[in-house]
Amino acid sequence: MLTFEDVRVTRGDFTLSADLAIETGARIAILGPSGAGKSTLLALVGGFLTPDSGRITWGGTDITDLTPSERPVATIFQDNNLFPHLTVTRNVGLGLRPNGRLSADDRARVADALRDVGLAGMGDRKPGDLSGGQQSRVALARAGLQDKPILLLDEAFSALGPALKSEMIDLVLRLAQARDLTLLMITHDPDDARRLKGQTIVVADGRAHQPQDTDALLADPPPALGAYLAG
Amino acid sequence: MRSLIILGLGLLASPAIAQERPVLSVYTYDSFVSDWGPGPAIEEAFEANCACDLQFTALGDGAELLSRLRLEGPRSDADVVLGLDQNLIAAAKDTGLFADAGLADVAWDLPIAWDDPVFAPYDWGYFAFVHDAGFDAPNSFRDLADSDATIVIQDPRSSTPGLGLLLWVKNAYGDDAPRIWADLADNVVTVTKGWSEAYGLFLEGEADMVLSYTTSPAYHLIAEDDDSKQAASFVEGHYLQIEVAGVLEASDEPDLARDFVAFMAGDTAQSILPTTNWMYPAVTPEGGLPDGFDTLIEPQVALLYPSDEVPEIRDAALDEWLTALSR
Amino acid sequence: MADRAQPLIRPLTLLGLGAGALVLALVLGSVAAVAWRAERGTGLRPSDWAALRFTLWQATLSAIFSVALAVPVARALARRRFRGRTLLVTLLGAPFILPVIVAVLGLIMVFGRSGWVNAALDAAGLPMVSIYGAWGVVLAHVFFNLPLATRMILQGWLDVPSERFRLAASLGMRPRAIFRQIELPMLARVLPGAALVIFLICITSFAVALTLGGGPRATTVELAIYQAFRFDFDLSRAALLALLQLAVTAAAALVALRVSAPDAMGAGLDRALRRWDQPHPAFDVAALGVAMAFLLVPLGALALRGAPHVVSLPPEVWRAALRSVLVALGSAFLTALLALPLAVAIQRLGGIRGRTLEVAGMLGIAASPLVIGTGLFIVTFPFIAPDRLTLPVTALVNAVMALPFALRVVVPAVEAVEAQFGPLATSLGLRGWARLRLLILPRIRRPFAFALGLAAALSMGDLGVVALFADADAATLPLQLYRLMGAYRMDDAAGAALVLLALSLVAFWLFDRGGRVDADV
Repeated sequence: MLTFEDVRVTRGDFTLSADLAIETGARIAILGPSGAGKSTLLALVGGFLTPDSGRITWGGTDITDLTPSERPVATIFQDNNLFPHLTVTRNVGLGLRPNGRLSADDRARVADALRDVGLAGMGDRKPGDLSGGQQSRVALARAGLQDKPILLLDEAFSALGPALKSEMIDLVLRLAQARDLTLLMITHDPDDARRLKGQTIVVADGRAHQPQDTDALLADPPPALGAYLAG
Repeated sequence: MRSLIILGLGLLASPAIAQERPVLSVYTYDSFVSDWGPGPAIEEAFEANCACDLQFTALGDGAELLSRLRLEGPRSDADVVLGLDQNLIAAAKDTGLFADAGLADVAWDLPIAWDDPVFAPYDWGYFAFVHDAGFDAPNSFRDLADSDATIVIQDPRSSTPGLGLLLWVKNAYGDDAPRIWADLADNVVTVTKGWSEAYGLFLEGEADMVLSYTTSPAYHLIAEDDDSKQAASFVEGHYLQIEVAGVLEASDEPDLARDFVAFMAGDTAQSILPTTNWMYPAVTPEGGLPDGFDTLIEPQVALLYPSDEVPEIRDAALDEWLTALSR
Repeated sequence: MADRAQPLIRPLTLLGLGAGALVLALVLGSVAAVAWRAERGTGLRPSDWAALRFTLWQATLSAIFSVALAVPVARALARRRFRGRTLLVTLLGAPFILPVIVAVLGLIMVFGRSGWVNAALDAAGLPMVSIYGAWGVVLAHVFFNLPLATRMILQGWLDVPSERFRLAASLGMRPRAIFRQIELPMLARVLPGAALVIFLICITSFAVALTLGGGPRATTVELAIYQAFRFDFDLSRAALLALLQLAVTAAAALVALRVSAPDAMGAGLDRALRRWDQPHPAFDVAALGVAMAFLLVPLGALALRGAPHVVSLPPEVWRAALRSVLVALGSAFLTALLALPLAVAIQRLGGIRGRTLEVAGMLGIAASPLVIGTGLFIVTFPFIAPDRLTLPVTALVNAVMALPFALRVVVPAVEAVEAQFGPLATSLGLRGWARLRLLILPRIRRPFAFALGLAAALSMGDLGVVALFADADAATLPLQLYRLMGAYRMDDAAGAALVLLALSLVAFWLFDRGGRVDADV
């Protein structure tokens, strides 16, 4: 279980508070108006931001003060997910070995991971030679190898077209299924949230709310979310 | 092939030999040791008889040499300093770092009498303005100041000839020197850091005349077969530069050091200097002066301040110079 | 977002702090050594304050003119695409890396009393112009620094998001309105930094100022230091003057970094800005034409003067050239060793601590080579024979002098890499050397190689300290050039100058090129 216990973070005028719990293996969509603090919430999980008060736990262990790489978290960002100067294999290999030195065994595992995301044989290419969808798959392959139980997606597929995006979300779901991952995904699109077939956290008015069943939530949205969805 | 083997053996063996041979360390100015200066020939000739290793250390010019010696103090490795001139002698003696050169009764061929026991001259020259043949050169500072002729000079604060010019005007005009400088101001194209920059500008045609030596035309005549450069003869007389060698008190090879100073006054070295350092020899060699030196102007009056008066005059003259040219 | 506190002292940060401390020790330590060795002191004189005034005055004018003239050139380069544009941008680096004496001779061949310009004026029956005087100093400094200013300002133009020009086009804005609304704010941000960098460079000018200044009016602080050393042997005054020079520079550097100097001369300059307005080309063509003539004709004059004498150069010159190449490579290597950890540490520390470290690293720009050399001499003399240190000391001091330029290029590059890829690298656990090797080095390759090329070229032409540690048998090419001139051999010197110019350019070009090959940017 991932919990936020009275977490509060303030940056100038901006404040976000969160007091909630996420079940292990949950698939969470994060919805809310721009600037409400969706990315802040993920940054708190990922370790890029330290709360001013409160604590964050995973499986009962306090992870509030851990550095990003010490946390049980893999992240796929909105952009800059791949190092453009490294080959696909080396990019994915960083999920296994942060020092970049790959053994023959490591390379075989990277090749497998690439095959799983439909990129068999593409290992020697560089990110610049790939399409946007393929780049997302590489990032996903790497996240799979990172062996972290929580996967954060920060509008990771927002640059892709609707069909491609759906495809990617399905791929993420397969990966989550296979590895029993806890998913947190920021999105602007209620359809993406529905596709996860899980719960949704609404971030609005300086608060991240307890996850609720996505379909029920979207069928009867609270005022803040309703205004956002209507706008 | 055999010579190659000998050379190889020689190279292998040289460190051992070098250890046995005493090392004579000579501090001198940069242009002395350059491949076109007297250094290489002097070194070869002296080492032929001294059973020693002569090593040059080169610094910018005489004034920098003295600054370096003051920095090093008695711990200096130097045995001999070659290249101070009479303007630096007083300051050099003040340091207490020098011993007597031990060079008595040499028949110096200098325009003035030399009786300094500490420093021994090895060459000398007159400062003069050099111009192209065919240029109607002025014959005095007054004449120059009244003419439209342009000159490039060196800064006395950073250059030996520049200081020479300062003392030249002061010596020739005394209390009128500031007026001469004020009148010369519009003739001065520019003032350079050193001799090389000034001479380079002159050769590029930036001025009618450049402050150099009466011996400068000899270089062009002898080395380049070019008789187009001449020195202007000034009726006030020409200021002297006498370059001297001295032995360091703290030298660990004092005998060798004195041998070297004597060698510099000897016929071999004196024959090398005129066409490598482009100055007059301190003792005319047996073979006489090189061909071409006879074409040089010979000043009627040699100007020179006694070396112990230089420091005081120098500072006062510099202030006058700065005032006159800063307007 | 990445404001998470990291453990403060990590190995690379420590190395960076060490590099900063080394520069600081070299710059301030040498002043301290000189002051410590001083026997008597007369303090500063009225003439020293006059020298300071002149120094500040000429540096200010040089900075203003370099920057003002660079604006139209940079604008032309930013909005025009033409064949040879890339080559032109590369050549723009040339005058900056020229050895001083060589550049002065080149300028004089064109602008001197017997130069081409005056010959043309004379033939046309027009009055001649004089290069000597205060304006000559400014002219020479503009010659050196116009290219640098152009590169910095060009970077400012290229940093303007192209969407803004697109928006302006869709609103039908005229060039004048675009200038006021888009370009002027950019210039207001970029120009002060560019001007201050050039101001700093001109602070230590000595030979250029004196030779073209036309007399003792043009006495700079650096000349006063030289006088204190060789004429008065007043070490305390030399140290005081050096401190004065450092204080002025440090103050200016702090201001410069506060107004945020642009990232100078870095990567990406070979792309032209897409513009939708169609300003009349005549002005751009004129700006580029005049700038190119001004910068390249003196270089051409040097080449013409030296070319006939290169073949007959004595072998000593080639040996000196080899030595200079080695020193340049050593200097580039040392610059890399200093600049990389410094840049990483500056980025990591950030804020005021980062800026302070950067100022420490930039102090070399203001350090008097004479004082550094003498200070090093005083410190090392009791232990090591100076002539054994000639080449290493030359390489080290050259590296410290080149460091400010390297930092201006590399620090923004490292900051950009961290801003773009830092979160990903951190989430993957890339730390320390792995982060350097896998992320930072590959990403900053182009600006880094450019900086090293600059360091190598600057070192190639430097005379500074080598003369103080002179080893009669280890002359570098600039020293050999001076020796040739000192031996009346002006033709050989011209040939050697051309070799020096060519070597500096080739070194610069090779490094710069090396950084571009196969770079996935």
